[in-house]
Amino acid sequence: MKSILSPGSYYFSGDEAIAEGAIAARCGYFAGYPITPASEIVERISIRFKETGGVFIQMEDEIASICSIIGASWAGARAMTATSGPGFSLMQEGVGHAVMTETPIVIIDVQRAGPGLGQATRPASGDIMQARWGSHSDRQIIALCPWSVQEAYDQTIDAFNLAEKYRVPVILLTDEAVGHLREKMDIREDVDIFNRTKKPGAAPFGTEEDDGVPPMPTFGEREKLLVTSSTHNDYGIRKTDDPLVQAKLVSRLYSKIMNNREKIIDYDSCYMEDAEVVVVCYGFTARSALFAIEKLRGEGKKVGMFRLKTMWPFPDRLIRDIGSRAKKILVPEMNKGQVVEEVMKYASCDAILYSQTNGEDIHPNAIIEQLRRLV
Amino acid sequence: MTRDLEQYLRPGLVTAFCPGCGDGILLGLILRAIDELKINIDDMLFVSGIGCAGWIPSPNFNADTLHTLHGRTIPFATGAKMFNPKLQVMIISGDGDLADIGGNHLIHGARRNIDLTVILVNNFLYGMTGGQVACTTPMGAFTMTTTEGNPYRPFDLPKLVDAAGATYVARYSVTQPLALISSIKKAVQIKGFSFIEVLSPCPIQFGRRNQLGTPIDMIKFLMDKCIMKEEAEGLSPEELEGKIITGEFSDGRN
Ligand SMILES: Cc1ncc(C[n+]2csc(CCOP(=O)(O)OP(=O)(O)O)c2C)c(N)n1
Ligand SMILES: [Mg+2]
Repeated sequence: MKSILSPGSYYFSGDEAIAEGAIAARCGYFAGYPITPASEIVERISIRFKETGGVFIQMEDEIASICSIIGASWAGARAMTATSGPGFSLMQEGVGHAVMTETPIVIIDVQRAGPGLGQATRPASGDIMQARWGSHSDRQIIALCPWSVQEAYDQTIDAFNLAEKYRVPVILLTDEAVGHLREKMDIREDVDIFNRTKKPGAAPFGTEEDDGVPPMPTFGEREKLLVTSSTHNDYGIRKTDDPLVQAKLVSRLYSKIMNNREKIIDYDSCYMEDAEVVVVCYGFTARSALFAIEKLRGEGKKVGMFRLKTMWPFPDRLIRDIGSRAKKILVPEMNKGQVVEEVMKYASCDAILYSQTNGEDIHPNAIIEQLRRLV
Repeated sequence: MTRDLEQYLRPGLVTAFCPGCGDGILLGLILRAIDELKINIDDMLFVSGIGCAGWIPSPNFNADTLHTLHGRTIPFATGAKMFNPKLQVMIISGDGDLADIGGNHLIHGARRNIDLTVILVNNFLYGMTGGQVACTTPMGAFTMTTTEGNPYRPFDLPKLVDAAGATYVARYSVTQPLALISSIKKAVQIKGFSFIEVLSPCPIQFGRRNQLGTPIDMIKFLMDKCIMKEEAEGLSPEELEGKIITGEFSDGRN
């Protein structure tokens, strides 16, 4: 499909790029509630949808926002909301509902420093585990993590396609630093759009296909849909005390993400061939990491970078592989060590955290200093 | 006169309602209204919340149904309706769901005046979770969490929703079936936010704790309590004591 903006170079903030990415991905419905540092997304969409024909609504809170995008998704929309910290917390029950009803939705979380109100205008990476586990009980989602304005745009498009493909909420875990960063980015001629699979008459909540993703009908298609987040059979009939139905549903919702993770996971790596110390990084922090690594490479030090573009599902096998070749892994994070613990689960070598939670992005010098100690 | 209402019911289900519950009566009245309107039920979307009343459309109605989160029917319905205005959206849910946990969405829904029909089932408490106090429980009434009587006043829901800007606002009891059917028909046809509070007996949770007797006694109790707005206009405050005023409180077409 054609891009909405004409191809060429643009100078956007991360938030603006996310709004444009959503529009390019043919987002048809956006509901949100303003919160720093995500408000620019809400504002830009409210203006741009008037030109592109999407439906925008500012709801009374973040609970209403996420619920209304779930309703719109079932009415056929590619639907999105955007928020930060406190708003992301309010949305969690809705995330669980969307997982259980297999509703494609996109949630943008522009992470700010917390807990509580914290520092609204300052970056953090404190919601990594909340994205994974934030609503009650076992569930899987997909989360992406951009490091640049370009990637904020590209991954917003990816988020819609993954949501529709796997019928799951996709969270774009960006942060204030990327959201408010302004830099040049390119818009290509075309965008890839994946439309949800339709199969009239087929069970909307069960499948024998290998990918574990049932086709998704829409309200108004005469399918007499029963959508519920209570435990249900393949046709949506509630089965709230049948252990077999519960086990089967929860397992499929889990494995439709985990079994397809090699297809879902995207990453970036450089200077890895002979790297003895590997920096595993993500988001804005990865920019400082790259700077640090290039500086040390200039001094002949064997350091490399592995950047997580997909946060969840976690690239367990890739990390295991890195751990078997490297001597040490450094994980710089704007939190108290959320990703480093995941790395420790899979890497056989030492994984060392560099944590900074002062509401400022991590300076390259801090990573250089850490790396000098480790090589 | 008999109607083939079974065509609107999803085959193969058994009722989830307790003996004497008013929700089954309301279920039938909603279907009669739809039948009389000659709307194709496939053009409708039923959105329900969590609680006994939420079970009226989901799974019972053989149409598109969306069973949501507790309290959030109106936001879900807003999304569906805003994206596809052709859907005829009806929300059916409990008093606790729509007015306690979902009270903020209720007033904002009325304020936005989007074309939604809301049927709020007032059984005076939380039925499904075992009979706890709601924002509709009469002062002094006994529930599982007000064992010495409810110390607070209930909401007058039609007043609240009317003040918030809904186009159509009414209150009826399931003991006023004909008036209720025509009210539902009107609510569906009116463009804008339509709201009907429906009083529905809950003999198991409310009746038992408040010595209201058998299901039949509860029906009689509601028949005795409910008077039409027009009738009430001629009565003195003393005569109105303990009565529940029913009828239309706002009709956007006037
Ligand atoms: C967030 C959340 N809190 C609490 C509950 C438990 N819960 C289920 S139904 C209900 C009350 C229902 O009362 P009402 O809406 O009046 O419906 P009724 O059963 O009386 O028809 C509660 C508290 C829940 N499902 N979700
Ligand atoms: Mg109730």
